[in-house]
Amino acid sequence: MTEYTQPRLMQGNEACVEGALAAGLNFFAGYPITPSTEIAESLAGRLPKAGGVFMQMEDEIASISAVIGASLTGAKAMTATSGPGFSLMQEGLGYGVMAEVPCVLVNVQRLGPSTGIATAPAQGDVMQSRWGTHGDHPVIVITPSSVAEVYTLTVQAFNLAERYRTPVILLMDEVVAHMRESVVLPEPGQLQIVNRPRPETPPGVYNPAEHAGRPVRPMACFGDGYRVHVTGLAHDATGFATSRPEVVNVEMTRLNEKIPATAGEIIPPEKICCDDADIVLTAFGGTARAAMRAMRLARRDGLKVGLLRPVVLWPVPERAIAGLAAAGKRFLVVEMNFGQYGREIERVAAGRAAVYGLYRVSGELITPAEILGRIREVA
Amino acid sequence: MLPEIEGFFRTDKLPHMWCPGCGNGIVLHGLVKAIAELGLDKNKVTIVSGIGCSARAAAYLDFDTVHTTHGRALAFATGIKLARPELNVFVLMGDGDCSAIGGNHLIHAARRNIDLTALVFNNSIYGMTGGQASPMTPSGKRATTAPTGTLERSFDLCELARAAGATMVGRATAFHTRLLTGLLVKGHRNKGFSLVEVITQCPTAYGRRNKMGQPADMLRWQKEHAVDIKAARNMDSGQLQDKIIIGELHRSTAPELTTRYRQLIQELREGGGFLD
Repeated sequence: MTEYTQPRLMQGNEACVEGALAAGLNFFAGYPITPSTEIAESLAGRLPKAGGVFMQMEDEIASISAVIGASLTGAKAMTATSGPGFSLMQEGLGYGVMAEVPCVLVNVQRLGPSTGIATAPAQGDVMQSRWGTHGDHPVIVITPSSVAEVYTLTVQAFNLAERYRTPVILLMDEVVAHMRESVVLPEPGQLQIVNRPRPETPPGVYNPAEHAGRPVRPMACFGDGYRVHVTGLAHDATGFATSRPEVVNVEMTRLNEKIPATAGEIIPPEKICCDDADIVLTAFGGTARAAMRAMRLARRDGLKVGLLRPVVLWPVPERAIAGLAAAGKRFLVVEMNFGQYGREIERVAAGRAAVYGLYRVSGELITPAEILGRIREVA
Repeated sequence: MLPEIEGFFRTDKLPHMWCPGCGNGIVLHGLVKAIAELGLDKNKVTIVSGIGCSARAAAYLDFDTVHTTHGRALAFATGIKLARPELNVFVLMGDGDCSAIGGNHLIHAARRNIDLTALVFNNSIYGMTGGQASPMTPSGKRATTAPTGTLERSFDLCELARAAGATMVGRATAFHTRLLTGLLVKGHRNKGFSLVEVITQCPTAYGRRNKMGQPADMLRWQKEHAVDIKAARNMDSGQLQDKIIIGELHRSTAPELTTRYRQLIQELREGGGFLD
C-alpha cells in the first residue's frame, strides 16, 4: 500500500496543498490571512523540499504580482487568501486576465465585508469572484464541497488555468477549508495534468499574431529565447499596446469568448434526485452538505426534493439550470449570503420556474433543520 | 541610432512616445549601454516596468519585457527572479510608481536583498497623468495638485533604499550619462538588490510649471546642481542645500535571497528528514 492509497484524515486546506503539488505547483506567494493560512504554512515547508519556491510577500497585491511574474517564466503558480486579501488581489487578477497568465487564486471565504468575522463561514464572495476586477472579463470559479473534492478541484483549477491561459479561482468556504475528513488520494499517475500551450517554433521566431484566430494562443515564457512583450494595456495579437478600436474590439471579444459559456459544464453540476423532484435545493460549498441532509430528511417525510450542486460557479452551468426550470421544477437556493447566486438562478430560470431563497449571513452554517423548515414553507 | 545599441531595440516600435526634450530616452540609452558593456545574453535579460512614462521603455527593448501594474514592478520581478534565477532582471520605475504606490514593495525588495537592478526615472512629477505632485517633488515646487507649491517634504529615495537594506545604491542624472551607465553596470554586478536613481527632466509637466526653461536648461540645471559624493563628503549641510549628490552612494554585503533559497532547496534535498 502506498501513501496515496491509504485513507488519510485531512483538512480541506491540506487537501488543497496536496492537489496543488500534484498538479505541478512550483511557486507560491501569499500573505497570512485566516482562514486560508494553513495553505501557506504547509507550502512553506513542502515547496522547497519539492524544488519549488514559497514566498511570504509584504501584502496580497505583491503576492498576486509575484505569482504572475513566476508564471511568466513558466512556473505553475498559486496564491491563497480570504475575502479582504482577495479584494486586494483584484488588481493583479485583472492583469492576469488581460495578459492571459495562468495562475490559481484560492479564496477561502469568511464573513465580510471588511474584517467581518475572520473565523466564521460565509459565501459572500460569489460576486466578487465574478466581477471584482474592473472591466469585462472572463473568469472561471470552481467551488468544492468536501475535502476529497478540494483535492481534485485544485488539480482541475491548475489544468483549466493552463488550458485557457487565465487565472482560475478556487472558491472555498471556511467550513470546507477547516473540516477534516478521511480521504484517499489518487495516485499521481492517475491524474490528468494539463500544461499551457507553448510555441512550436524555435526560439526567436515566434509571432503570436500567426495564431490570431485561435482563442488561446501559445505562451512563450521568459528566458526561453522568444523575447516577448507582456502588458496590461489593451494590445493586439502580437502583444503590443494598441488603442485602435477595430483591433481592441477583436481582441477583447476573443478574450471574453475564449472561455465558452458552456465551460460551466466542464465539471458538471451534481444533480441528485432531481428527476421526480418538485423542489430542487440549490447549494454549493459547505452549504450543499446541509442541503443534502435536508433533502434526505424531506424525502423521508415524503416531500419530493432534489439537489442541484454547481461545482463550476462561473461560468454559470446554465444548461443544467435551464433544463430543470423547463421541466417545471421549483428552486430553493440556500447560501450563506443574501442571494448572490440565487439571482443567477432567477436569471437563467427566466420566469419559467419559481425561485425561493434561504439566505443568511450570521457567521453560522445554515442547518438541515432550517432548510427543511423552509422546504415546508414553500412546498 | 548608434549601431552598438541598435540591436537591443525593437526598432519597429520606434519612434518612442515621449515628449520632445524628455530625458527618458537618454536614460534608456544609458541602460542599454550598460547591458552592452555587461555582455549579457539578450535571451536572458528581463525588463520589468511599472506604469507611467518611464514604464513605456519596456516595449522598445528587444528582451523579454513585462509592463506590469502601477507600483508593482518589483513584486512581479520578485516572482520572476525567484522562479528563474538565471535571468538578469532590470526593473524600470518612475518616481511616483516606485516611491508612492510602490513604496512598500521597494523597501521589502531592498530588505530581502533580492538580486534585481532597479532603475528609478525621477522626473519629480507624475508626467503621464499630466503633472501631479509625487513624493519626489521637491518641497515648494508646483504641480497640478499643488498649484501653490507642494507643502510636503520629498523622499530621499537612495537613503530610503539604503536604510531598507539595499546593498548597492547610486544616483546619476540625465546629464551624467557615463556615470549612469557605470552605476547600472555596478548595480548588475552586485549580487543583491541595487537601486539607481536618475534625475531626469520632464519639460512638459514639471519644467514648464516651475519655470525651469528649455530642456537644455533643465539639463544644465542638473549639471550645476549635482555634486559628486566624494566632494559632498567635505561639504556642510548649508553648502549641500538644493544640491543633488551623485555617484555610488552606498555599498554593503548581505546574503542574497535567490542564492539563499537555492541553498535551502539543496540542503533540504540532501539532508532530507526534518520537514517530512
